[in-house]
Amino acid sequence: MTRYLPVIVTAAVFALGYAICALQFPAFLSTRVIANLLTDNAFLGILAVGMTFVIISGGIDLSVGSVVGFTTVFLALAIETWGIPPLAAFMLVLFVATLFGATMGALIQGFDMPPFIVTLAGMFLARGASFLLSTESIPVTAPLYSAVSDFAFRLPGGGRLSVVGMVMLAVFFAGGIALHLTRFGANVYALGGSRVSTGLMGITVGRHTAAIYALSSFLAGLSGIVFSLYTSSGYSLSAVGVELDTIAAVVIGGTLLTGGHGFMIGTFLGVLMQGLIQTYINFDGTLSSWWTKIVTGVLLFAFIAFQQATLALARRSVRGATAKGATP
Amino acid sequence: MSPSPSPTAATAATPLLAVRGLSKSFAGFPALDGVDVTLRHGEIHALLGENGAGKSTFIKAITGVVTRDAGTVTLDGAPVAPRSADEALKAGIATVYQEVNLLPNLTVAQNLFLGRQPTRFGLVREVEMRRRSIALLRDFDLDIDVGAPLGDYSVAVQHLVAIARAVDMSARILILDEPTASLDAHEVEILFRVMRNLAGKGLGILFVTHFLDQVYAITDRITVLRNGRLVGERETAALPRMELIRMMLGRELSEAASEHPAKAATEAAPDAGGAIRFEGFGKAGYVAPFDLALASGQVVGLAGLLGSGRTETARLLFGVESADHGRLTIDGEAVRLASPRDAIRHGFGYCPEERKTEGIVAELTVRENIVLALQARRGALHPLSRREQDAIAQRFITMLDIRPPDPERPIGLLSGGNQQKALLARWLATEPRLLILDEPTRGIDVGAHAEIIRLIRQLCTEGLALVVISSELEEIVSYADRVIVMRDRRQTAVLEGEAVNVTAILQAIAADTPPLAA
Repeated sequence: MTRYLPVIVTAAVFALGYAICALQFPAFLSTRVIANLLTDNAFLGILAVGMTFVIISGGIDLSVGSVVGFTTVFLALAIETWGIPPLAAFMLVLFVATLFGATMGALIQGFDMPPFIVTLAGMFLARGASFLLSTESIPVTAPLYSAVSDFAFRLPGGGRLSVVGMVMLAVFFAGGIALHLTRFGANVYALGGSRVSTGLMGITVGRHTAAIYALSSFLAGLSGIVFSLYTSSGYSLSAVGVELDTIAAVVIGGTLLTGGHGFMIGTFLGVLMQGLIQTYINFDGTLSSWWTKIVTGVLLFAFIAFQQATLALARRSVRGATAKGATP
Repeated sequence: MSPSPSPTAATAATPLLAVRGLSKSFAGFPALDGVDVTLRHGEIHALLGENGAGKSTFIKAITGVVTRDAGTVTLDGAPVAPRSADEALKAGIATVYQEVNLLPNLTVAQNLFLGRQPTRFGLVREVEMRRRSIALLRDFDLDIDVGAPLGDYSVAVQHLVAIARAVDMSARILILDEPTASLDAHEVEILFRVMRNLAGKGLGILFVTHFLDQVYAITDRITVLRNGRLVGERETAALPRMELIRMMLGRELSEAASEHPAKAATEAAPDAGGAIRFEGFGKAGYVAPFDLALASGQVVGLAGLLGSGRTETARLLFGVESADHGRLTIDGEAVRLASPRDAIRHGFGYCPEERKTEGIVAELTVRENIVLALQARRGALHPLSRREQDAIAQRFITMLDIRPPDPERPIGLLSGGNQQKALLARWLATEPRLLILDEPTRGIDVGAHAEIIRLIRQLCTEGLALVVISSELEEIVSYADRVIVMRDRRQTAVLEGEAVNVTAILQAIAADTPPLAA
């Protein structure tokens, strides 16, 4: 039962926060606010899906924010300057990002290097590469872009479920299935439990590590596409520091930074939690937007303390139940 | 060896596993030397030996974790040469280690089926997987919630799950490496029932343990290794316990051990003033309380089988583990012993058994290794000058005859015996009053062996008190004034003076106790 506790607490805190917001601003109950919550946090959510895989496997990926930045610049240049059709540009950038992630994963495994260092290097590399492409903010005027931003499902009550919002929901859905219902997902948890044991049980640790970081970078590329659609521009300084927001969302969602434990639904709640705080501040109008960071910081701190406490509790209960289950 | 077949053996003609002439050297030092082991169908076979006997190297060599230098392994008559644990598993040889190599964060069912889960359209069929898990565990008398994380269950259950996974992956040979070390009596009983059950189905089980009671409770035959060599293979029922212990510990009298020293000189040393006295010293669940008085010039030997609590005692004496009761007096004054720092301040020294991991700092030079403890005692604020270091290193290299006599050579490049001497030098440089040596002659060649023993004798005539742990009984007898015999983490006998002889020690170790370690 302790496995589900962090997620349950996250859900409870989110429900409580939403209730408080709704009491103060009844508009929070409208589909418009809910739809905007999804649209505005789409790129963060897509990153967080990849980060959930990485963290559950016992790693970390600091490069995702830079990959988003690189993707937006690359797309703007490809579409506006080089004249590549948007869809082809999307494919190309996803390919490059996936290769980038697979390389990081291979380095982590091949040279037994800490993921922190390798992805930190990847972060500088991707950010540097985007500056190399352009230091300007480049607007994207392709017809596809305006078509995508115009298209939306009308929800009852005036809400507009945008394409980027739908992409995020789809990614969460697919990510949840891959993590919880496939062999690959089980192996991700296994890696987070113990790399040595996983290897001894006949799982190819190296291939899986490469695949996990490739997936994270692929989703970072997809997130970059979403960000590019959302802002209709490319800028090398976009999404600076977003990797940390992503990690915060995953941890607030109840995933242990030490790996091996976590749920996709928790990450979804973690992303919405950050969005909720942001929306509240927008509604209030008098608060500085930096309060988002402060509240996120406090929440993060509280959740990590809570996780440590439940872990300690779980360990004690294991020790107490040494004879459990050995019924002849 | 009598060829009487074990009750369940299908046939004695083609053994299930035949290992012939297996050899493996590490850095020129033989860890296994022409070992033969035969495992029959449906047999539970004990592989016994003290630390360093070569048991773990043997397991690693036949499961492909290390490559073998020579020898053949045949499985049902067909030669096999796995290159990894994974390949060994595919060939039908499964190993379950003392440390359960499963994943505590995954459910029991996932642990059983990781990498081979039943799937449909790429999705794991969770319900089917759980159904199969329950069916599989039923054979092991395990009725547990297979959807709960493995870490929620006791080590015993985890072991059974590991065995179930191995067996289900079509293992024909099961190697159990110290599976019972962390189990209680009831859990051991369950494990034994499972083992008998599997053997009844024709599996061969190689059982490594240091609990002799368990060997007699479950095994059909026994193979004993010592110092990397095969000592013998016997029917368990036909091998008296005393004889077994002699096989494990006995050693051809070497020239060093055979010449008995003049013990009379030190026998006069009383337990009175000037002594280090441990009274009621112990730690719950670690070592039962004991008394130990050490006068200068005395050598106390600690004897017992592996796991009897010898090394644990040494760690208590040196403050690595802090005792939770008892007290220590030095020269009649009560003193604190809560850490190795305290111990060093009182003039204690400790050469641990794991020379490579706990003793030497392989990258540093011989000189740096020798001055390490002395420098630590003086503190960082009082550095030894380079000239002092050179002088100390040179003195001990000459005195102990460390070869090659080069103080600037990284110690990792020296042979085991010379590393051991440098470690001795490290503590001697601090001019200790008590030196604790854990298996000082383990893994070193015969010549160096004799020299270490000569040094031990010389040291005690110079007024040092020594506590020496050794599995070589003849060796202990040759220098100890007093021998403490340990069993199940408590002192069971103290032999002094005339009583110190190999037979008496063997008898004290073999003394009967109720079956099964609790």
